[in-house]
Amino acid sequence: MDFFVAQFLTGLASACSLFLVASGLSIIFGVTRIVNFAHGAFYMLGAYVAYSLTERFSGALGFWAALVCAAALVAVLGVAMEILLLRRIYRAPELFQLLATFGVTLMVEDLVVLVFGPEDLLGPRAPGLKGAVDILGQAIPAYDLFLVALGPLVLGAIWLAFHNTRWGILVRAATQDRDMVAALGVNQKWLFTSVFALGVFLAALGGALQLPREAVNHAMDLKIIVEVFVVVVIGGLGSVTGAFLAAVLVCELNAFGVLVLPQVSLVLVFAVMALVLVLRPYGLLGRPDGAARPAIGTFITPWRPFTARERMLVAALIALVALLPLGAGVYVLSVAAEIAIFVLFAASLHFLMGAGGLPSFGHAAYFGLGAYGAAFALKLAGLSMAGAILLGPLLGLAGAVLFGWFCVRLSGVYSAMLTLAFAQIAWAVAFQWVGVTGGDNGLLGIWPQGFAATPAGFYWLALALAIMGVAALRTLIFSPFGYALRAARDNAARAEALGIDRHRIQWAAFALAGLFAAVAGALFAFLKGSVFPDTLGIPLSVDALAMVLLGGVETISGGVVGAIAYKLLSIWLMSETVHSKLVLGAVIVTLVVAFPHGIGGAFTRLRDRLGGAAA
Amino acid sequence: MSPPLLEAESLAKSYGGVAAVRGVSFSLAAGEILALIGPNGAGKSTCFGLLGGQVKPDAGTVRLSGQDITGAPPRRLFRLGVGRTFQIAATFASMSVRENVAVALLSHHRALARPFGRATHPHHAETDTLLDLVGLADQAGRASGELAYGDIKRLELALALANAPRLLLMDEPTAGMASGERIALMRLVARLARERNMGILFTEHDMDVVFEHADRVLVLDRGSLIAQGPPAAIRADAQVRVIYLGTGLTFAGDADA
Repeated sequence: MDFFVAQFLTGLASACSLFLVASGLSIIFGVTRIVNFAHGAFYMLGAYVAYSLTERFSGALGFWAALVCAAALVAVLGVAMEILLLRRIYRAPELFQLLATFGVTLMVEDLVVLVFGPEDLLGPRAPGLKGAVDILGQAIPAYDLFLVALGPLVLGAIWLAFHNTRWGILVRAATQDRDMVAALGVNQKWLFTSVFALGVFLAALGGALQLPREAVNHAMDLKIIVEVFVVVVIGGLGSVTGAFLAAVLVCELNAFGVLVLPQVSLVLVFAVMALVLVLRPYGLLGRPDGAARPAIGTFITPWRPFTARERMLVAALIALVALLPLGAGVYVLSVAAEIAIFVLFAASLHFLMGAGGLPSFGHAAYFGLGAYGAAFALKLAGLSMAGAILLGPLLGLAGAVLFGWFCVRLSGVYSAMLTLAFAQIAWAVAFQWVGVTGGDNGLLGIWPQGFAATPAGFYWLALALAIMGVAALRTLIFSPFGYALRAARDNAARAEALGIDRHRIQWAAFALAGLFAAVAGALFAFLKGSVFPDTLGIPLSVDALAMVLLGGVETISGGVVGAIAYKLLSIWLMSETVHSKLVLGAVIVTLVVAFPHGIGGAFTRLRDRLGGAAA
Repeated sequence: MSPPLLEAESLAKSYGGVAAVRGVSFSLAAGEILALIGPNGAGKSTCFGLLGGQVKPDAGTVRLSGQDITGAPPRRLFRLGVGRTFQIAATFASMSVRENVAVALLSHHRALARPFGRATHPHHAETDTLLDLVGLADQAGRASGELAYGDIKRLELALALANAPRLLLMDEPTAGMASGERIALMRLVARLARERNMGILFTEHDMDVVFEHADRVLVLDRGSLIAQGPPAAIRADAQVRVIYLGTGLTFAGDADA
C-alpha cells in the first residue's frame, strides 16, 4: 500500500512537466489551429538552455532564475519561428504546418548537438529541495513533491489569466471562433504571436524543470512530443484542464503499468488513448471543431489518366531506369532499389491522403509490419523469399484493417494523431516483445535468394514490384472505388445521401494503403537483410509524409515524384555533410514556404500556364 | 387503401433544452408537391434533417410507403428511393460535372465498389440524359468546383435524381439562384413530379415559388405545425399572417396560441 502511494506521487510529479508542455501545445492549437511538432524541440531547448544558465548563475536564487530565464529565452526563439515561418503558412492545410514545424525540429536536433555536444548532460539538484521526505515509510524526493504542487498551481494560474484578463478572454474567444474575433477588430497577428510565446514558454519551462530529474540529451524531443500528442488528444485539443487530467492519467498509467504489465507498459497508454477516442472522439474535455477546413487534396482541377503521349513517355522512362544495372555499381543499385521501395511506400500514403483525404502520421506502422511479416515468414515459417514477400505483407494488411477501423471514425487532426498512436503501439510491441521480434537487436539474416541475390536482380525485383504497385494504385484511383473514395472525401453528407457508406469505403482504402506499404516494407527487409523496430518508427512515418507533401498531395503522381526527390536529397546530404538533419530540415522548411502545392503541383501549374499560352 | 408515400408522426427533436421540432405530423402522397414554410428558426432544416436521416429524432416515427424509416441513415434512404438536395448545395468539387453524375449513377447501379475499370465509362447514355434534363450537357467537362452557384444547384438536382427517386426532399432548392433560373428549376421539378408520380417536399423562402407550385403548404413556427392546407387557404390564414407580418392589434388575441 505504502509503495503504491509512493508510485502514485512519482506519477503525479512526472505529470507536471508533461502537463506544462501539453497545455502549451493545446493553447497554441486552440487559437492558431497549428499542431506544433516543434513543441518537443522547444521543451528540449528549455532543458539545454537551463543547463547552461545554471552553470553560469550561482546560488539558490540563481538556479530558479536560470529555469525561468531559460524558458523566456526559448519563448523568444518560438516567437521568431512564429513570425518568420508560421505567419506565411497559416492558411495552408494543417499538415503543411506540421511538416514545417517538423523541419524546424530536425534543425534543432542537429543544432543542439553542435552547440552543446552529443553527450548526456547532468544538471544540478534543486537547491533547498535536495533531500527526501518520508511519507508512509517511503522516501519521496522533495523536488517531486514540489512538482506535484506546481502542476495544479500552473493550471490555476492559466485559468485565472484566461478568465480575468482581457487577453485571456480574447484567447478563449479565438479558441471558439477566431474569424469572429478577427471580425470584431482584434489584431490576430499579435494575438497569435502572444499565444505562441506563452505556449513555447510553458514547453521550455517544462523542459527546464526536468533538469534535476533526468539527464539532458538530444533525443528528448521526440520522446516528449509523442507523449504530448497522446495527452492533448486524450484531454481534448484546446482544453487546458483536459491536458492536466490527461497528463495525470498518462503518467499514472506509466507509473502503475510498469508494475502490473511490464511487458506492454508502452502499449497501455496508447490503448487507453484509442479507447478514449472511440468513446469521446474529441477527447475528454474537447469540443467538435466547428469550422472544419477543407480536407487536404480538395482542389478543382479534376484528375485525369495519362494521355497516350504521356503513357509513351512513362514507358520510355521505365525502360531507361530498368537499364540501370548495365552501367551502375553495387552501391548505386542498392540506392536505386531503396528509392523504388520508397516510391511504393510514398505512393501508398499518397493514395490514402490524396484520394482518401485521410492524413496519416503513422504510415510506417504498415511498412514495418510488412517487414516483420516477411522476416517471420522466412525465419519462423521457413518460407522462401518469394513466399515471404507474398505472405509477409498480410501482417501489414491485418494491422491496417484493425487500426483503420478506429481511424476512419475520427476526423482531421484527431484521426491523424490516432494513426500516430497506433504506429507507436506497433513500435512498442516490436521493441518490448524481445522473445519474438528480438527487440532492439532486430531480426537478422534476411537475405534475398535466387535471381534476386545479385544487386541487379534485387533492383529489378524492387523496381518491378514498385511499378506494379503504383500502377495498381493508379487503376484504383480511376476505378469506381476510387471515385467513391474521393466522393466521401469531397463531401461526406452528399456521399452518404448518394448511398455511399463512407466509413466502409475509407476503411477499405486504409487497408489497401496498408497492404501496399507492407509490400514495400517486405522488400525493405530483404534490401537491408534485417528488420529493426525503426521500420515502425515516427521518423520513417514523417519521411513518408514529407515525400507526399513535397511531391504534392493534389497531384496524382505526387507520391512518386516526392519519394524520388526526397530520397535522393537525403542520401546525397548524408554523404556530403554530417549535419544532414540540419540541412534537410532547412530544405523542408524552404520547400513548404516556396512550394505549398509540392513539386508536382508547381509542375502542373507551370504546364497549365504553358498549355494555356499555346492554346 | 395504400399508405401515403411519406408519413411523419409526432416528430420531436431538442437541442440541449431548445425544442427545435415539437410533435410535427403530416403526410405526403405520391405525385404531390408539398411546401414546408416558416420564418427563420422555425425548425425547417431540423425537420428536413429528421426526414433525410441526417438528424436522429428524440421521438416520433417516419414512414415511407408504410415502412418505418425513423433514424435510418441517408445511404439507406437512397436505396429506398429518396433523393435529397441540401440548403448549401453539396457536390464533389474535385470532379467534373460528368464525373459527379457518374458517381451517383454507379452508386444507384451498385457498381461503386469495383476496384478496376474506368468509373466514367459505364452509364454514358444515362449520364447524358440526366445532364440534358437539368440543362448542363454543354458543361459536362467542366470542373464542378468552378461552376456558378446556380449551375451547382442544378448539378445537385441531377445527383438527387440519379436513383430515380419516388420521393425528393429539397431544402431551399432555389436559394442563391437568379430569379429566372429559379422559375425554370421549379418548373422542371414540378413537371418531373407530375410525369413520374414523384412526391416532393421542399422548403422555400420565396413565396412566389411556394404559391405557384405547391399543392399543399405546411407552416412551421417555433417547432410546431401551425397550419396546413392548399395555398389559397394558407394565404388567408390569420395565424400565418401573424408570424410573417407580425402582430397587429387585430390579431393580438391569437398571437400566443
